[in-house]
Amino acid sequence: MSTPPPSARRRGLAFKLSLMILTGTAVIFTAAFGYNYIYSRNQILRDVETNARNLTLTAVGRIETVLQGVQKAPSSLAHTLSRETFDRPTLLKRLGALFDNNPEIFGSAVAFEPYAFDPRSREFAPYCFRDGAELKLTYLGGKTYQYFSWDWYQIPKELERAVWSEPYFDEGAGNIMMSTYSIPFFRKSGEDRVLTGIVTADISLDWLVDIVSRISPSESGFSFLISQSGVFVTHPDRELIMRESLFSVAEAADDKELRAVGRAMIDGKQGFVALKNHFAGQKAWLYYAPIPAVGWSIGVVFPEEALFAGLRGLNRMVLIIGTAGFGILFLIIVLASGTITRPLRTLTKEAAEIARGNLDVEMAEVKSNDEVGELSRSFDNMKVALKEYIAHLAETTAAKERYESELKIARTIQMSFLPKIFPPFPANVEFDIYATLVPAKEVGGDLYDFFLLDEEHLFFSIGDVSGKGVPAALFMAAAKTLMKGTAGRGISPSEVLSRVNRELCLENDSLMFVTVFCGVLNFRTGEVFYSNAGHNPPLVLRPGQPPEWLPLPDGFFLGTMEDAVYETRRTVLAPGDRLLIYTDGVTEAMNDQKAFYQEERLIRVAKEHGQNSPEELVREILGSVRAFAGSEPQSDDITLLALLFRGGQSNPG
Amino acid sequence: MFTRIIATFCILIALAVSQAWGAEVRTFLPQWLPQAQFAGYYMASEKGLYKKAGLDLTIGRGGPEFPPAELLARNKVSFATLFLSEAIQLRDQGIRLVNIGQIVQRSGFILVTKKSSGILSPTDLNGKKVSLWPNFSLQPQAFFRKYRVKAKTVPQGATMNLFLKDGVAAASAMWYNEYHTLINSGLNEDELIPFFFDRHGLNFPEDGIYCLEKTLRQDPEPCRRFVRASIEGWRYAFANREETLDVVMRNIRKANVGTNRIHQKWMLEKMEELILPQGSRTVLGELRQEDYLRVAGEMKLGGLIKEIPPYGEFYVDTATVR
Repeated sequence: MSTPPPSARRRGLAFKLSLMILTGTAVIFTAAFGYNYIYSRNQILRDVETNARNLTLTAVGRIETVLQGVQKAPSSLAHTLSRETFDRPTLLKRLGALFDNNPEIFGSAVAFEPYAFDPRSREFAPYCFRDGAELKLTYLGGKTYQYFSWDWYQIPKELERAVWSEPYFDEGAGNIMMSTYSIPFFRKSGEDRVLTGIVTADISLDWLVDIVSRISPSESGFSFLISQSGVFVTHPDRELIMRESLFSVAEAADDKELRAVGRAMIDGKQGFVALKNHFAGQKAWLYYAPIPAVGWSIGVVFPEEALFAGLRGLNRMVLIIGTAGFGILFLIIVLASGTITRPLRTLTKEAAEIARGNLDVEMAEVKSNDEVGELSRSFDNMKVALKEYIAHLAETTAAKERYESELKIARTIQMSFLPKIFPPFPANVEFDIYATLVPAKEVGGDLYDFFLLDEEHLFFSIGDVSGKGVPAALFMAAAKTLMKGTAGRGISPSEVLSRVNRELCLENDSLMFVTVFCGVLNFRTGEVFYSNAGHNPPLVLRPGQPPEWLPLPDGFFLGTMEDAVYETRRTVLAPGDRLLIYTDGVTEAMNDQKAFYQEERLIRVAKEHGQNSPEELVREILGSVRAFAGSEPQSDDITLLALLFRGGQSNPG
Repeated sequence: MFTRIIATFCILIALAVSQAWGAEVRTFLPQWLPQAQFAGYYMASEKGLYKKAGLDLTIGRGGPEFPPAELLARNKVSFATLFLSEAIQLRDQGIRLVNIGQIVQRSGFILVTKKSSGILSPTDLNGKKVSLWPNFSLQPQAFFRKYRVKAKTVPQGATMNLFLKDGVAAASAMWYNEYHTLINSGLNEDELIPFFFDRHGLNFPEDGIYCLEKTLRQDPEPCRRFVRASIEGWRYAFANREETLDVVMRNIRKANVGTNRIHQKWMLEKMEELILPQGSRTVLGELRQEDYLRVAGEMKLGGLIKEIPPYGEFYVDTATVR
């Protein structure tokens, strides 16, 4: 046995409300949070890049200043050597003078091309270097030191321009990092400029290492310097210095991006890029810029953790506030939806009670003035109105039922006036008569009647009272009764109409009227006397002849003009002839196109079935009318009367 | 610059002192600074293979300051590795040394150019500046002769910087060493064109183990054992790369050489391809006569030697026989 959750309904609305509001809030929060994060992150990166650029470029500026200062003395000496030839003492003096005012220069050489200084000597390269406060002199060359193929000599020679060498460790100078500036000098030999030698200046790079290592702006970050071939000149990890290059590190970690960064660096480019974990032990950012004078590149590494520590802290706080906010919002929604749904639930219960028919249910009082309160009050008003309405409806229904039952009775009484036994006169074979009245829904005012006046006369009539309802029925009853009372032997039909007219005109304040056609058939001779009071003409159906209208005298309908005059006419029916009398309920029957049945259709049907018995003829016409009307409700009584004269064979006279 | 000269003298004295201590102590001198080019010898020592062979062997620190040919000739070291061509030349000059085991069968010597220089085939070198190591110009000169190339040669120093700075269009390089130095200096392999001499019919076997004829004659057994243990060391090195690299790097650090593990890894891989070339039927340690005659022939042609020393005198098979 399962029972629905007790709060299923309430959860429905509260749940939907919470879901929609929380989802919406979550979307907004996430969007705002995400935007804030990305924006802040980019802003931090921009700031860091700007900061790194400023620091690095300042450092580069300082480095370049020193390097350019160092370059001056050897450049000047090279310039002099290209124009002047010195003897050995002068040259050595000049070489020694190079150290004056240039504390950065550790050693300097003037190395000549083979036989360029002294045609007898292949090598000549005096080298001065500092040893403490003293300057010492030595000569480079000899079997173990062929200076011509050393970088410091060969590269400026082949490139014919000054170069800074790749950094190197000088063990003799105390294992310090050094670099050599070499500048070639040329002399004219005829038209040609011939390379004569190289002037060098060795400098310690300790100061440069110091400048570079000071660039790093944060504690966890660091800076490094790579040479033109990508070799680490400085790096916090001393194991890397002069052993690893950015490319070997990239290759060991299979990091193609880092290799690309290395290529950009030795290409003298500047940039700010993300680095993979292996380089700094975590994700990091690298700013790099070249030292153009030497073609080396400085890199400043910012570990992402430190970079975004503040942002992450902020994000954590925002997330906590957001989550707490969600919780609070959730509670508020649950409470709010509770206060909204509680009266609604009460109302729902009351509505269910009302739906079951209990209009006496006590409505809970709602104090709030919001929509729910209004709804409750409207509902209460509705309940009261409904109650009143239902009470009223009960009364009305009772009255209506009474009225309808009375009408029904009136109808029954009205119909009981009409002769309904067929054949009515089985003994009289000279004629056959059949009539029917199909009442419309409301009580109508058609009538028909026939009765024998004596052994050879049959009185027959048909009529149609104006209007409908009980007044029409009563008027019809009066007209019929009067006609029956008036008709008699030797009284012509016009006389009957005149008398009935006079009677009906009396006290006819409602100005009702009735059209009547009546006649007397002598069923021995077939002679018919008839008169008309505004009724439509009957059809005469003679065997072998087309139906024709019975010519009617003028005559005003009964009940309105007291002194109206009626005329009796005579016709003779041959045996087999038929009279078809009807009310306009036949010809004015309507179909759903609001078209009338019309006389033409009646003539056609009457002709087709003209030789049938009166009963069959009436039924065929009725069938035709019903087929024509289809589903359209009948608006007027339909009355048909057919009279067949067979002839006076049974007449004994 | 100057300080290197002083250091050289110090080490020469140290070697002389160690030599004087007794005949039992033998010294092996690789022809260059510690690196994976000599991984097999380091591993043989590290794994006690020399000791197992009854040798008390010291591996000396090689390098430009310690020319093995000279030290061998003066009997300052018992064994040394030399390029085949170098050894033939020494033999021609009257230094009676013998090859007791040929280790590197395939030439790792190449000329390298930058694709950007437009030198795509040997003939493109015509008129271009090419740097050659002064002691290793034989193979490139034979190569130039073969393609009738007239190149402007300049002596190549210890670094590749002249080539990197476009001071020369082509440079000498060992495939296992300087070629990777270029890659580690930021040049991509697809930016480089290497000319492998062995692919141009000029395969000069390289590192071989040499000793003086006198040493071998006096006591051949230690020589044989040294070669065999060294070959075993090489096989161990190729089978245990990471361990080998650890040992190589330790030796490198001891000598304070500016190189790195990834470079040595490359070198060890290439050494295997040169020592045990794919598809070669040569037994490790064997110097094939045809290889010998090719190298000696080119040398005679190049005027580096007067006569081709007889193969049987030059090479003594210690590794494959007995």
